[in-house]
Amino acid sequence: MSDRESVGISAGLVDEARRDGVATQLYRLAKQKKLGTFGAAIILVMILMAVFADVVSPYDPLENNYERFLQAPSAEHWLGTDRFGRDILSRIIHGSRTALFIGIVSALLGATTGLILGLASGYFGGTFDLIFMRFVDLFMAFPPLIMVMAIVATFGNEIHFVIFAISFSIVPDSTRIIRASALQVRRVPYVDAAISLGFGHVRIILRHMLPSVMASYLIIFTAAVGGAILAEAALSFLGLGVNEPIPAWGLMLQGGTEESMTGVYWTAVFPGVAITLAVFGFFVWGDALRDVLDPKLRRG
Amino acid sequence: MLRHTIKRVLLMFPTLLGAAVLVFFLLRIVPGDICEVRFGGVEGGTYDTEAVEICREQNDLNKPLSVQFGRFIAGVVTLDFGVSMWSKHPIVDELGQRFPLTIQLTLMAMFVSIIIGIPLGIVAALRQDTWLDYLVRSFSVVGIAVPSFWFGIMIIVGLLVSTHVFFDQPWMPPLEYTPFFDDPIGNLEQLIWPALAVGYRFSASLTRWTRSALLEILHEDYVRTARAKGVLEKIVTRRHALRNALLPVVTILGMEFAALMSGLVVTEQVFNLNGIGKWFVVSIDNHDFTSTQTLVMLFALIFVVTNFVVDMLYAWLDPRIRYL
Repeated sequence: MSDRESVGISAGLVDEARRDGVATQLYRLAKQKKLGTFGAAIILVMILMAVFADVVSPYDPLENNYERFLQAPSAEHWLGTDRFGRDILSRIIHGSRTALFIGIVSALLGATTGLILGLASGYFGGTFDLIFMRFVDLFMAFPPLIMVMAIVATFGNEIHFVIFAISFSIVPDSTRIIRASALQVRRVPYVDAAISLGFGHVRIILRHMLPSVMASYLIIFTAAVGGAILAEAALSFLGLGVNEPIPAWGLMLQGGTEESMTGVYWTAVFPGVAITLAVFGFFVWGDALRDVLDPKLRRG
Repeated sequence: MLRHTIKRVLLMFPTLLGAAVLVFFLLRIVPGDICEVRFGGVEGGTYDTEAVEICREQNDLNKPLSVQFGRFIAGVVTLDFGVSMWSKHPIVDELGQRFPLTIQLTLMAMFVSIIIGIPLGIVAALRQDTWLDYLVRSFSVVGIAVPSFWFGIMIIVGLLVSTHVFFDQPWMPPLEYTPFFDDPIGNLEQLIWPALAVGYRFSASLTRWTRSALLEILHEDYVRTARAKGVLEKIVTRRHALRNALLPVVTILGMEFAALMSGLVVTEQVFNLNGIGKWFVVSIDNHDFTSTQTLVMLFALIFVVTNFVVDMLYAWLDPRIRYL
């Protein structure tokens, strides 16, 4: 066995040990972090709702019924009906699909791009890092929501552009946080050792640095899902996000403003509660994850 | 210190230039311009080619991009932003009409967030892991999770319902903006609600930062030493811990100020306030390039300057930080 292989194997063993550690910590998390567990429960319910939406929702979310429009909550329509007579509960249940899909895909794209860029910037350092971080600064100078709105207004509000816009706004922040973690790992002697052994850049980044920043990545990702759901809701509310008749929580609120002025509270209240609960779930779950995985990483 | 200051000031310019380039080209990738919005039927309408051409001529839209960009930059440098393509009024005037409202709302929201956020953060840290701590933390996470536009709607509905129930007369905030110095009460009647909606949201991050910063300090050696030598807990908290803990809070406040601008975009929509945020949405919709560009430059400038001020303030407040 050559030296190279033995180093690779021992690195693999270290990885294994880390994974065990995380698993045990996750178990402890459920017992100690009550708020976090609550968040996880919300996320789980939301995922179940999204998967079994067709089975659990009492009505077709797209079915108009003008004989029963704007009905108050009742035994037949638990959360009432909207101005097209559509069942609000069914639309909220189906809306979880839209929220989760856009939330998870945008967060995954944004946080992963941040992961790659942050690792590269932290690893190569020097002039590359300096110039690159100025670019990140540049994008951070745009308030995220304004950037998202500008992109959607530019390209149109089809769902893939909405996802692109939201994920784009996640990149600067996650790049910064990952870069900070990567810089710390970069100073650890085993990375120098790997360099002096002549390993390629890609291998060092993937095998030696990536495992150490995974904790930060997970935390960023979880919080980003919550943020993305919120951003999607705001966009749809402004008419820049998902289009009718797709059930989406932000969109459901759109008509709700005027209606609630006339005493029809249910069209405005329930979708908002759904948004708040979902985002709350992802945020407290992310908080608990951070406490356990990386207590030093603070976030506002 | 001086060198650091100069370096920081110089570093602002590439960022601002970058923002200018970015917004200029982003706007011009978009198919369509203000003349099409104005004269071209969007769908199926008649398309008055001649009027569109004249309009483009007037707005310099058929000049080469390099010329347009040069004029834009020259305008920024000389602080002459020209006229809005949509309203034909000077942009400075349009800004002057709307800026006071947004600035006032921003300051009020910051005030709300400070009086909610900092005390709650302190209480949560001092009573760590008690029910009080859990309560405060839940309250603050809800503040981040709740969409501020929805919270705004709920406030309006809540006002309508509660005034109806208690005074038999539904009341909602006035829709017409009155400058603060003309009629302070009328002004506050309108702006206090959006300020609450946005302030609550921003109090959340302030609470969390205050809590974690104070907790960190409370575990420092010098705090233990102070306690060991018998200093009253009250004094330990106030003099030893709090002073240092509030340092990072300065950073958050600065970032909050810059972020509030974008937070207000949606809230202004809900409360029907004619501020910068609403103007921005309308300008994007109308493809009003000159207004959009100016606003983006304004946002970027506010961000860069706030960052700079926070950095300087930080160094001044914390003698341990001295950039050499």
